[in-house]
Amino acid sequence: MDNNPELPARLASDLDGSFEELVVAHQRLVFGLALRVVGDRGDAEEVAQDTFERAYHALAGYDAERVAAMRLRPWLARIALNLARNRRRRRPPAARALEDGDGQPLAVAAPAASEPAVVAERREDTERWADLLATLPRGWREAVVLRHVEGLPYAEVAEVLGRPVGTVKTHVHRGVRQLREQLEAREERTRR
Amino acid sequence: MNRRLEDPGGGWRELAEGLHGLRADPPATLRPAVLERVGLADAYVTVDGPAGPLLVAYNGRGISATAPGADEDGFAERFRARFRRPLRPADRPPARLVAQLRRLLEPGRGGTSPRYDLRGTSSFEQAVLAKAQEIPRGQVRPYAWVAGELGQPAAVRAVGAALGRNPIPVLIPCHRVVGSDGRLTGYAWGVPYKRALLAAEGADPDELERLARRGTRFFGSDTTRIYCYPTCAHARRVTGPHLQRFTGAAEAAAAGYRPCLVCRPPALAG
Repeated sequence: MDNNPELPARLASDLDGSFEELVVAHQRLVFGLALRVVGDRGDAEEVAQDTFERAYHALAGYDAERVAAMRLRPWLARIALNLARNRRRRRPPAARALEDGDGQPLAVAAPAASEPAVVAERREDTERWADLLATLPRGWREAVVLRHVEGLPYAEVAEVLGRPVGTVKTHVHRGVRQLREQLEAREERTRR
Repeated sequence: MNRRLEDPGGGWRELAEGLHGLRADPPATLRPAVLERVGLADAYVTVDGPAGPLLVAYNGRGISATAPGADEDGFAERFRARFRRPLRPADRPPARLVAQLRRLLEPGRGGTSPRYDLRGTSSFEQAVLAKAQEIPRGQVRPYAWVAGELGQPAAVRAVGAALGRNPIPVLIPCHRVVGSDGRLTGYAWGVPYKRALLAAEGADPDELERLARRGTRFFGSDTTRIYCYPTCAHARRVTGPHLQRFTGAAEAAAAGYRPCLVCRPPALAG
């Protein structure tokens, strides 16, 4: 996803001229990550807006050398994750309570009023996976989301979460194992 | 460890695809919203101005441009040419903007202090616009007053040019600055509109023009022996028999009057 290696240099020399490029390149990660934490699309969009606004002002304040050397993706993901956690703490989602590993509910976006059957089906599928993911403890869940939903390499997942790579790998693996067990248990139930 | 847990089999493929399917597309509104919040793009609304509709552009840094009238296309075209930023119509103004406009357009009804985005104007232009904002509603001061207040009494023409480039007319009240002879001259949006704005603020444009024609620059009170610009709140309190008229600071000084500390007319040779 960091498919424009010169972007930090451009941001360093012309922030206003290249900031939109930063938004375009990373809005999917920032919004997706926020959505997996706060659960509601509206809240996630606000978190994403806040993330980019913070990023803009931070970049405007850093000296050019520092900006040019930045690893933008993990930096943005870390801002987004912190803001999303804060928002969730302040206003826990209530829309569709579902106990997760932390004993905290996780909500999934309410269905739209009218949507094509294909979209509805896909959304139901997405909801199932979101529900499954929500059963993980927070630490494991965030690691799994960064690694397997957003596709970040372990080194960046570790950077985002501020933990050693080894710890992050363990969390991802434990999370994945638990998800597989749940998946198998669910299949058992449907077979019966 | 990596191998054992991420190897295919045991539903790993289904799990990987399911998790990957959770990647969400950001809403189309995200990018423009971000750009507007950091001031790299603007939105605009039409509001009821003091003398007809007023187009108001804004971004996260503040109000960035205004134009009297309802010609949205012309406004957008001039905006993009001058500021080189995208401009889109907003569905409805954000609450923060509404509160700022209330403070500016409905005095006495509260609201919050306006914030202006004056990027693209020089520091001299910003100083001129700040000075124009010190002139109370319904009052006027000459270009020379602004120049004198800025400590550059010779810069009268530059003051006029700066006011002519005011990106936020009506809200930043460049219409309260008048010719040095007191006439309501020179307004980018036309003198009739300038008169309408002043009338909406409680000034009497006809009376101002009459005073200018007669050469009356200042009013004085023979009880306080202070002279003021005619629209100064203190001048307006002077009752008929005590009102003195002066054609200039020299005349007022010769009569033993001193300048008002509130409206600050020139001390000599005005």
